[in-house]
Amino acid sequence: MDSINWHAVLFFLFAGLACGAGVAVVLCGNIVRMAFALVAALGAVAGLFFLAGADFLGALQLLVYVGGTVVLLVFGVMLTAQRPLFALPCGIGQWVAAVMTSACLLALLLQAALAVHESIGPPQPGQLPASLQPTTTQIGLALLGLRADRLHQPDPVLRKGMSGYLLPLEIASVHLLVVLIGAVFLARTKRHLSSDILQRGQQRSPTLSDNSANTPSHSGNTSSHSASTSPHIGNTRFHSTGEQSNEPVD
Amino acid sequence: MNPLTEPIGVAHYLVVGAVLMVCGLLCMFTKRNALGVLMGIELVLNAVNVNLVAFGSPWLRADAARSIALDGQLLAMFVIVLAAAEAAVALAIVLCYYNNHATVDVDKASKLKG
Repeated sequence: MDSINWHAVLFFLFAGLACGAGVAVVLCGNIVRMAFALVAALGAVAGLFFLAGADFLGALQLLVYVGGTVVLLVFGVMLTAQRPLFALPCGIGQWVAAVMTSACLLALLLQAALAVHESIGPPQPGQLPASLQPTTTQIGLALLGLRADRLHQPDPVLRKGMSGYLLPLEIASVHLLVVLIGAVFLARTKRHLSSDILQRGQQRSPTLSDNSANTPSHSGNTSSHSASTSPHIGNTRFHSTGEQSNEPVD
Repeated sequence: MNPLTEPIGVAHYLVVGAVLMVCGLLCMFTKRNALGVLMGIELVLNAVNVNLVAFGSPWLRADAARSIALDGQLLAMFVIVLAAAEAAVALAIVLCYYNNHATVDVDKASKLKG
């Protein structure tokens, strides 16, 4: 019997963890448990990256995905935390259709994986690289436009297409800026429910008309109007509307 | 044929990626919570990353010179960046929807059709 391949043992450990946590994400009804199963799945995928020799990408997966994106999702879960929203079951017909579609796709993908297994075989023990090469420097150089790993490409046709990833990096940076501004714009003001706003408007209107006789309309609290009125009215408005913010709502 | 003594190839990673992709798709199909749908999207993007890294790794195939080498990791890196951006914007949209409708049920969002 051969000696145990520890690479394979660790691979099956992380693969089983990733697949099990992925199935748990599907089967959990509670959204909070789904989030924690997602953390387990993404962490196991980071372990798979380390096993494939992608050290920088595994660290990036842990930092950005597990440390950033999932925390963002958990914040979303907490901000929308209402008891009836934790578990929203879907109909049995939808489950049947979804499982049938997914099973067909899974069969197709497994067949493709078997075809890849026949065309690209697993490595033999003598063919592996001698030592583990850290990829961080090469990735950094590739992002700056220099492919350090393909300097000795013998084919001149292939060498032309290896000009690095400087333009995608710039596009991604501008894209992140746009996303930052867009996310702040979308989540900017605390918009209230329309019925809630209507209800508060009906409560607010007699108070405002009593205190300020020269107010042309109750709904227009523009900046010039609030600057001309006394702080007494501002206090009254604050009391009548409860936790409404002081900044003008456009 | 003991699986623990066989070397790990690209196909092993592809199977993991397939399972994760199908889990993410099922999550997107069956969850009515908008945040659950977002989690399914994250799983699908991670499955793609697993495949990209597997095809670029020199440790998983016999002819390492013909792998896509660093291109797989670079593409996976851009996928991670775009997934983070997508999660931020989608969460902002979900919060905006929640503030206006007091629910995150995507079935109730049909009134947004106009």
